[in-house]
Amino acid sequence: MIAGDINTILPEIVLALFAMAALMFGVFTSKDKVAPQILWATSAVMLGLAIWIAMSPAGVNIAFNGAFIDDSFARFSKVVILLSAAAILLMGQDYMQQRGLLRFELPILVSLSVVGMMMMVSAGDLIALYMGLELQSLALYVIASLNRDSSRSTEAGLKYFVLGALSSGILLYGASLIYGFAGSTVFSDIIVSAEGQIPLGLLFGLTLVIIGLAFKVSAVPFHMWTPDVYEGAPTTVTAFFATAPKMAAMALFARVVHDAFGMAVADWSQIITILAVASMFLGAVAAIGQKNIKRMMAYSSISHMGFAMIGLATGTVFGVQAMLVYMAVYIAMNIGVFAFIISMEKDGRPVTDISALKQFSTRQPGKAAALLVLFFSMAGIPPLLGFFAKFHVLKAAVDADMYWLAIAGVIASVIAAFFYLRIVYYMYFADNNDQTLDGKMTPVLWGGLMVSAAVMLLGVINMFGIDALAATAAASLVN
Amino acid sequence: MDNLLSIVTFIPALAALILAVFLRGNEPAAQKNAKWLALLATTATFILSLFIITGFDPADTGFQFVEERNWILGLNYKMGVDGISVLFVMLTTFLMPITIAACWGITHRVKEYMIALLLLETLMLGVFMALDLVLFYLFFEAGLIPMFLIIGIWGGKNRIYAAFKFFLYTLLGSVLMLIAIIVMFRNAGSMDIPTLMNHQFTSDTITVLGFSVIGGLQTMLWLAFFASFAVKMPMWPVHTWLPDAHVQAPTAGSVILAAVLLKMGGYGFLRFSIPMFPAGSEVMAPLVLWLSVIAIIYASLVAMVQADMKKLIAYASIAHMGYVTMGIFSLNQQGIDGAIFQMISHGFISAALFLCIGVIYDRMHTREISAYGGLAVRMPQYAVIFMFFTMANVGLPGTSGFVGEFLTLVGAFKANTWVAMFATSGVILSAAYGLWLYRRVVFGDLIKESLKSITDMSNREKAIFAPLVFMTLLLGVYPALVLDIISPSVAALLENYHAAIPVADSAPVPASYWGAAI
Repeated sequence: MIAGDINTILPEIVLALFAMAALMFGVFTSKDKVAPQILWATSAVMLGLAIWIAMSPAGVNIAFNGAFIDDSFARFSKVVILLSAAAILLMGQDYMQQRGLLRFELPILVSLSVVGMMMMVSAGDLIALYMGLELQSLALYVIASLNRDSSRSTEAGLKYFVLGALSSGILLYGASLIYGFAGSTVFSDIIVSAEGQIPLGLLFGLTLVIIGLAFKVSAVPFHMWTPDVYEGAPTTVTAFFATAPKMAAMALFARVVHDAFGMAVADWSQIITILAVASMFLGAVAAIGQKNIKRMMAYSSISHMGFAMIGLATGTVFGVQAMLVYMAVYIAMNIGVFAFIISMEKDGRPVTDISALKQFSTRQPGKAAALLVLFFSMAGIPPLLGFFAKFHVLKAAVDADMYWLAIAGVIASVIAAFFYLRIVYYMYFADNNDQTLDGKMTPVLWGGLMVSAAVMLLGVINMFGIDALAATAAASLVN
Repeated sequence: MDNLLSIVTFIPALAALILAVFLRGNEPAAQKNAKWLALLATTATFILSLFIITGFDPADTGFQFVEERNWILGLNYKMGVDGISVLFVMLTTFLMPITIAACWGITHRVKEYMIALLLLETLMLGVFMALDLVLFYLFFEAGLIPMFLIIGIWGGKNRIYAAFKFFLYTLLGSVLMLIAIIVMFRNAGSMDIPTLMNHQFTSDTITVLGFSVIGGLQTMLWLAFFASFAVKMPMWPVHTWLPDAHVQAPTAGSVILAAVLLKMGGYGFLRFSIPMFPAGSEVMAPLVLWLSVIAIIYASLVAMVQADMKKLIAYASIAHMGYVTMGIFSLNQQGIDGAIFQMISHGFISAALFLCIGVIYDRMHTREISAYGGLAVRMPQYAVIFMFFTMANVGLPGTSGFVGEFLTLVGAFKANTWVAMFATSGVILSAAYGLWLYRRVVFGDLIKESLKSITDMSNREKAIFAPLVFMTLLLGVYPALVLDIISPSVAALLENYHAAIPVADSAPVPASYWGAAI
C-alpha cells in the first residue's frame, strides 16, 4: 500500500529531495558562486518533472487514504506550474545576478514553494491542503524580501507575511468548522456528510475557507497586499508571484469547491460571483491610474483572476475547463510581459515607470511589436489567444444562465482595454522623451518575450490543444 | 482553385509578414520597396478577386466558393460568398491598391504603415467572407487593432483622443454582440452562418428587468447585434466617434474607414439581424427607420456648419449611411437593393472625396475650408474631379449616388411614407452642404497668398482618381451591373424573412407599442 502511495507522489518527492540536496551542495561549496548552476539545475529538474507528469498515464491515483489525489486536473495544473516556474527562474538569473541578489537560496526556495503548489493542486484533504499552502506561502514570504537591503522589498515581505498569516488563520478556522460539522477532513467524506439541508456551520466553514483562498488568488476585497508586494519585490520575484502561485491557488480553489462542496454549488457560486465581479472591476479601474508598470500588472492580475473566477462561479464542468484555459493563457501572457519588465532598465538601474516606454517602438520595433501583441492579447482582442480565453469563460457563464455575469465581464474587459492600450499609446504614439530604456535583453528574456508573443498569435490556429487537455482535466475534477 | 477565398484573403497578410520579417532599415530605398511590395500585393489580390466575381453565379442564392475546416471548440473555419457579400469583397480589393497609391508620399514609418494597411485588408476581406459567426467576430474585432494604430501613429494633432475613442467605442458595442453570439451558440448549437439563418430563435415575449419585450430572445439578440453594428455604421446617436476618427486619421485611414469599415455595419444587418432575428427586426424596424431619418437630417445640418473639410465629409457619410439603414429596414426589395447599392457607391464616392481633400492637404497641410478659395484658377483639373465627386455625393442622376438614394427612398416610401418624406429633404440638404463646400474651396478669387503657387494634380494623383471616376459613372448609367448580382440574394433573403414572420410572430406588434407619435 505504502509503496503505491510513494509512487503516486514520486514527482513531489523528487523535487523536495532535489531542493534539499541543492541546499547541502550550496552550503558545503562556495555558497553564492554556485547559485547559477543550482538555478539551471532547478529549472532542468522542473522541466524534466513537467515532461514526466505530462507523459504519465491517464487515470486517477489516490494516495494516503484520499489525502493526495493525482488526476488529470492535478497533472494539468502541475505542468503549468512547473513550466512557468522554470521559465521565470531562467529569465530572472541575469537580473538577480547584476543586483547581487542571486543567492543560492533563491532556486531552492522556489523549488520548495513549487513542491507546496504541487501539493496544493493534489490536495484531497484539508490537512494536506493546509500543508501545501503553508509550504508554498512560507517560501514566497522569504523570496519577497530577498533584497534585504531594500526597505521596499522587506516591507513587501512583511506585508505579505502578515496578511498571508491572517488569511491562513481564517482558512484554518474555516477548516476546523468544516471538520467539526462534517466529521472528516477528507474532501470525499465532506461531500457526502451533508444530505439535503447543509448545516450552517459547514457553510460558515466553507465561507471562511473561500476567504482564505481569495487572499491567495488576490481577489477583491482581499487583494490589498498585491500591489505593494508586486511593487516591492524584485521584478523576477514579482513575475513568479504573478504566475505559478496563481495557478496553484486557483486550482486549489476549484478542487475545494468541487470536490468537498460539490453539494453546495448554489451557495459558493454566489460568493465567487461577487468576488469575480468585484475583482474584474476594481482591477480594471484601479490599473488606469497606475504609473508604475509593476503596480499596473498587479491590478491587471487582479482583474484577470476575476475573469478566471467567472469560470469557477458557474459550477459546471465547462466552467472549470474555461478557468484552466484562462489560467494557462494568462500565465503564458504574463511570462512574456514580465520577460520585458525584467529587462526594463536605464544605465543598469531598473526602471518601472510606464512613461519610460515612450516611443519605444522607434528604437526597438521588434520588441515593441511583441509587446503590442501581448497587451492586445491581455485586453482580449481577437485574433490573439487572450480572446479565446475570454471566450471560454464567457461561454461558460452563458451556458450556466449567468447572463449578467457575462455582461459584467465584457464591460470590465472594455475598461481594462483602456490601460492596456495606454501602454501601446506610450510605445507608439507618445512624443519622444529623453528617458530612454537601454533596451538590452539577455537571450533568455528575449526568447521569453518572443515565444510568448508568437504563442499568442499562433494560438488562433488550434490553441495548441490546451483546450482538449483542459476538458479532460475538468472532467476528472467535476463528477 | 477550391480555396480561392482564403488565398485572396491571406495574400495581403503574407505580404505584411514578408515586410515585417525581411525588410530592414528606413532609408528611402527600403521605404520604396515597402510601398511597391504593398502595391503589388494589393493589386495581385484585386486580380485574383476578379476570379471570384467572374466565377460567381448570381442566380444561385446560396453561398459559393465555400471552404470549410475544423477549428477549436466545435467551431469551423468556413468561408464563402453570396450575392450580398461578393460585391463588398470586390469593393475592398478594388480600393486597396488605390489607397496604397494614395499614401505614396508618406515618409514616416513607411514599413509599419504598409504592414498595418495590408493586415487591415486581410481582416476586412475576412469579415465579408466568414461563414462562421465566431470567425466573423474575430475578423470584425481584429480590424480595430490596425485601425487604432493607423489613427494613433499617422494621424493629426488630436490623434490619441480619436484613436482611443474609436477603439473603446467600437469595442463596447462589439462585446455585447459577443455575448449574443455565445447565447446563439448555446441555443442553436452551431456557429455556422447558413445553419443559423435557418434556425428559428424563440420569439415569445419575455420580461427583462420589468419590461416586457415583444419578440423575446430575438429582440434581445437583435439589440445586442444592433449595439455593435449601429456604432460601426455609425447611426445617430452613437456616431460621435466617426468625425473625430476621420479628422485625425491620415488620408488612407479615412478612405478605408469611410469606404469599407462603415459598410461592415450595413453588411452585418443584412447578414445577421434580418435573416437570423426576423421577429426582432420586425419589432425594431420602425425605430431604425426613424433613427435613420434623424441621422439624415441632423448629420446634413451639422455638415453644413463645419469649418473642417474632413469633418464635413464625415458628417455627410453619416447622412448617407442613414439612407442605408433606412433602406435595409424598409424590408423590401427596392430598399435593400438600394441600401447595398448605396454602400458600394458610397465606397467609391467617399473614398474619392477623402482623396480629393488629401490632394490639397498634402500641398497646404490644412483642412480648414477658410484657408482655401479660388483653386479653380490654379488647379483646373482638380476642380473638375472634385466637382464630379461633389455632384455624385449630392446624388446627381448619371452618377452612382443617385441610384442608391433613389432606390432606398422608393423602398422607404413603401414601408412608411412619412419616413420617406422627411428623408427626401436630405437630398436637398446634401446639395446645400456639398455645393457650398465646393464654392468656398474651388470658386471665388484666388486671394490667399499661400495658394498662389499651388500646383495641379500629378500623374500619380490622376491615375488614382481615374478608376474611381470610371466606376462612379459606370454604376450611375448602368446600375444593373450591381443589381443583377445582388437582387436574387436579396429576394431570397426577403422570402425567408417573410416566411419566418408568421411562424415567429404569434402576437403581432400592436400599433401602440411604439407610442402614438409614430
